[in-house]
Amino acid sequence: MALAGRTAMWWARLRSPCPAASSLFLPPWMFAGPVACERLYSSRDKEKIDMSMYPVESIRNFSIIAHVDHGKSTLADRLLEITGTIAKTDQNKQVLDKLQVERERGITVKAQSASLFYSHEGVNYLLNLIDTPGHVDFSYEVSRSLSACQGVILVVDANEGIQAQTVANFYLAFEAQLAIIPVINKIDLKNADPERVEKQIEKLFDIPIHECIRISAKQGTNVEKVLQKVIEKIPPPQCNTADPLKALVFDSTFDHFRGVIANIALFGGEIQKGHKIVSAHTNKKYEVNEVGILTPNEQATHKLYAGQVGYLIAGMKEVTEAQIRDTLFLYKQPVEPLPGFKSAKPMVFAGMYPVAQTEYNNLKSALERLTLNDSSVTVHRDSSIALGAGWRLGFLGLLHMEVFNQRLEQEYNMSVILTAPTVPYKAVLSSEKLIKAYGKAEMTIINPAQFPDKFSVSEYLEPTVLGTIVTPHEYIGKIIALCQDHRAVQKEMLYIDEHRVMLKYLFPLNEIVVDFYDALKSLSSGYASFDYEDAGYQAADLVKMDILLNGNPVEELATIVHNDKAYATGKFLCERLKDAIPRQLFEIAIQAAIGKKIIARETLKAYRKNVVAKCYGGDITRRMKLLKRQAEGKKLMRKIGNVEVPRDAFIRVLKRQTDK
Amino acid sequence: WPYCRKRCSYCNFNKYVVPAVDEVAVGTCLVQETRTLLRLSQVQSITSVFFGGGTPSLASPRTIAAVLEAIAGAAQLPIGAEVTLEANPSSADTLRLAGFRAAGVNRLSIGVQSLDDAELLLLGREHTAAEARRAVEAARGLFPGQTSLDFIFGLPGQSRGTWARALEEALGLCDDHISLYQLTLERGTALAAQVWSGALPTPPQDFLADMYQTACTMLVAAGFRRYEVSNFARKGAFSTHNLSYWRAEQYIGVGPGAHGRFVPWGEGSHSREARIQTLEPDDWMREVQSQGHGTRKRVALSPLEQLEEVLALGLRTDEGITHERWGHFSPHLSLEAIFGVPGEAKTLEQQGWLVLDNGGLRCTWEGLALLDSLLPDLLCQLQR
Repeated sequence: MALAGRTAMWWARLRSPCPAASSLFLPPWMFAGPVACERLYSSRDKEKIDMSMYPVESIRNFSIIAHVDHGKSTLADRLLEITGTIAKTDQNKQVLDKLQVERERGITVKAQSASLFYSHEGVNYLLNLIDTPGHVDFSYEVSRSLSACQGVILVVDANEGIQAQTVANFYLAFEAQLAIIPVINKIDLKNADPERVEKQIEKLFDIPIHECIRISAKQGTNVEKVLQKVIEKIPPPQCNTADPLKALVFDSTFDHFRGVIANIALFGGEIQKGHKIVSAHTNKKYEVNEVGILTPNEQATHKLYAGQVGYLIAGMKEVTEAQIRDTLFLYKQPVEPLPGFKSAKPMVFAGMYPVAQTEYNNLKSALERLTLNDSSVTVHRDSSIALGAGWRLGFLGLLHMEVFNQRLEQEYNMSVILTAPTVPYKAVLSSEKLIKAYGKAEMTIINPAQFPDKFSVSEYLEPTVLGTIVTPHEYIGKIIALCQDHRAVQKEMLYIDEHRVMLKYLFPLNEIVVDFYDALKSLSSGYASFDYEDAGYQAADLVKMDILLNGNPVEELATIVHNDKAYATGKFLCERLKDAIPRQLFEIAIQAAIGKKIIARETLKAYRKNVVAKCYGGDITRRMKLLKRQAEGKKLMRKIGNVEVPRDAFIRVLKRQTDK
Repeated sequence: WPYCRKRCSYCNFNKYVVPAVDEVAVGTCLVQETRTLLRLSQVQSITSVFFGGGTPSLASPRTIAAVLEAIAGAAQLPIGAEVTLEANPSSADTLRLAGFRAAGVNRLSIGVQSLDDAELLLLGREHTAAEARRAVEAARGLFPGQTSLDFIFGLPGQSRGTWARALEEALGLCDDHISLYQLTLERGTALAAQVWSGALPTPPQDFLADMYQTACTMLVAAGFRRYEVSNFARKGAFSTHNLSYWRAEQYIGVGPGAHGRFVPWGEGSHSREARIQTLEPDDWMREVQSQGHGTRKRVALSPLEQLEEVLALGLRTDEGITHERWGHFSPHLSLEAIFGVPGEAKTLEQQGWLVLDNGGLRCTWEGLALLDSLLPDLLCQLQR
């Protein structure tokens, strides 16, 4: 697993059926908080909370951002406890992580928003904790989350110090001009060195040392202080209940019984059941059925007011109707839509096929249901001669792809064939004919089969990312070599303290998609961390490499490669394929070619003897069974020219190497 | 005869190593089952009898004689009918062999396997090369022209050179029939486990092909005909019994785990059945005692399944499948009608692996060594 860690797809609450989750649901709603404020309602069914008790001035919207394993979920658990949102027990571990995949991987896949009630110096505050995805794959989602916030808690491990994701997340918050509360966590650990971490924070982020709060989320030390800082340092949202309704959809999930549940942040006005609202994006009109807050379970309220964060149910049937970044307003009272977030941009594409075509419909419905709760996956129908009908899916990154695949398996019991991941290349077309056919001059290539040849292209472009690596300095030499080997260009190198270095490199995205993270982890004994952000496109010397069997191209294995890497990739694919194709009655040349030029070759020799030695009375039954199975297998073989290729051969070739 | 004194490292047959065999009881059951099945088949005349195993030479000549008498009592057993017994060199001294001959056995198949003591050890055989030689001499004296020798090649560590020398020796020792089997690693055997765990090497594919070709060439030079993939004979000393398997004739299997293919007219059935007797000897005996036979499984073979067998087995022989035999199983669709039209067979014919002519359908000399690569294609064509 590359890029594993906590975090990932925060946001969006799980409502899909998930047996693993059911036992983890939160304890029943608390009637009286053990600490802090008085409850303002008696039960979830009878009396709804009166949200008008929380004017804009007493609202704080914030996120917690951190590197993997630095304690974000533990801090969230403590905040929920202190504010009486959940009962204080020893069982509260990753309360917000409910999926099997989250528990297994220790990452958050589906996030929770939670409204906390906290009384401070005689004022009742409404604190909305809006989780942010911290993972590299989801940086667009971080901006999405942050735009509903006015501040963040930046959590850094007192032992590990600043890591790559800490840096990436800090800059996102910084650029969004949010208030930042630095928190140094895990001070209870034996090797904790908060002073060193404070210095790093000062050096890298220019935050004065005295602003850092030293805490132990695990033991609860100083957590209360964090809440007070949230109130003091984070400004309330700038908006007015008297304005017309302006609600931002920042997430949506699908509930089989209630339809789409949209998470909204109110930037103006108020909203309640019975209101007629319009989507600025689709212009469709809806009637509001229910509004409420997330605690983190849904808690219906009479109304939601400007500055507040909650959910809305309004008879939307499909998740696509609640477009993330959409602005909702009252019917006949249109407002200027809020500036939208960048929409999810797939970084990695892969073909997904059912293991057998008979499973196609089952897989189709599983995909439909899962994408309802994960709208960042793009789905296009696709088909391959070898693998049959399937889809080409776009993911935010490899971790996203693996998590998605794992959820398909665990929650829908589907096993699928995933082809090698590829990144979205672009071609600037020069051929008038192609431009006309494609509709514009720049074409995005998500499937190597569509690669236009160089005579009709003025330039190929490849996506790049700006990678941040934080590492103990002893590994620098090896890491620099690794980066160079992956065609990366160094942009920055900075000692964040005496022992740690932060490196910034511009990487072609395809170079880090497959094995970069694993390689980095292994050569640094796990100490180096990595994060990346989108850095646009750059011109690249790309070629399409075909794999030929006795001169006939294998469409499924066509790949787009950088010219410099073509030879090594070609050689590797030929070797893999040689092991995956059984010997046949004739010799098979396995070649990698660019255009007409052969760049690598393996030869699979012909069978010279293939006949079972003994076949007498007692052997016949078994023998016939085997032969008939082979005959059946023949019918399923993909024929490329004369050559018969078992269906799983491609998969074995395309699969990411785990045994390298 | 399902019993052995020792388990060979390569063998996955249905066999049992037990301290003491109640030979009288087993013999009685063999006789009983023979009678029952012969009655069910309503076969009039028996062409050949084969005592296989296990190690049939561990049975006493008296038991063999009793079975043969039972056969002769239930059907015709012509004087010249081939009666073969499989023998291990370790239980094939002259006296014993003479006893078998007196019981009615007229052909002997000796499991020599190798003439190298180290190889015999690897195979888990309990005899030495010298014992094998003595057994062969004794057998040839008693069954002149009717002694067959079995050898195995492709053993771990065996080279093409050692195999060629072994063949020379085998040719010096043999009579007019010889079977050469490439070692097949069977699941569940000690040898396979050692090879698959990497403890023992196996000769590369190309070496095995060379070994086989060398053997064929040497035997042909010595006057033998490769009449089946692994069987060689001169002076017409074919195994009549084994040929009947490859020609898809009827056969009755008697004893634990034995397989048969016949039409049980006696049970009112009209279709050829694949039958398997109960594997475990004690269970089998109980069944024979209670119901006269230990048939555990009967499957009626459809016309297509019968043709599939005719094809897969017939092509193992050098004569292939004659038009006449095909016509016997497929009166309406000739070989020409199925394989003479454009399709897999034609392609294989063009590639030089197969021949379809007046003689029938058969493999070429080269094609025979590749039969298992041809059959799936041919079965596909047949099924259409």
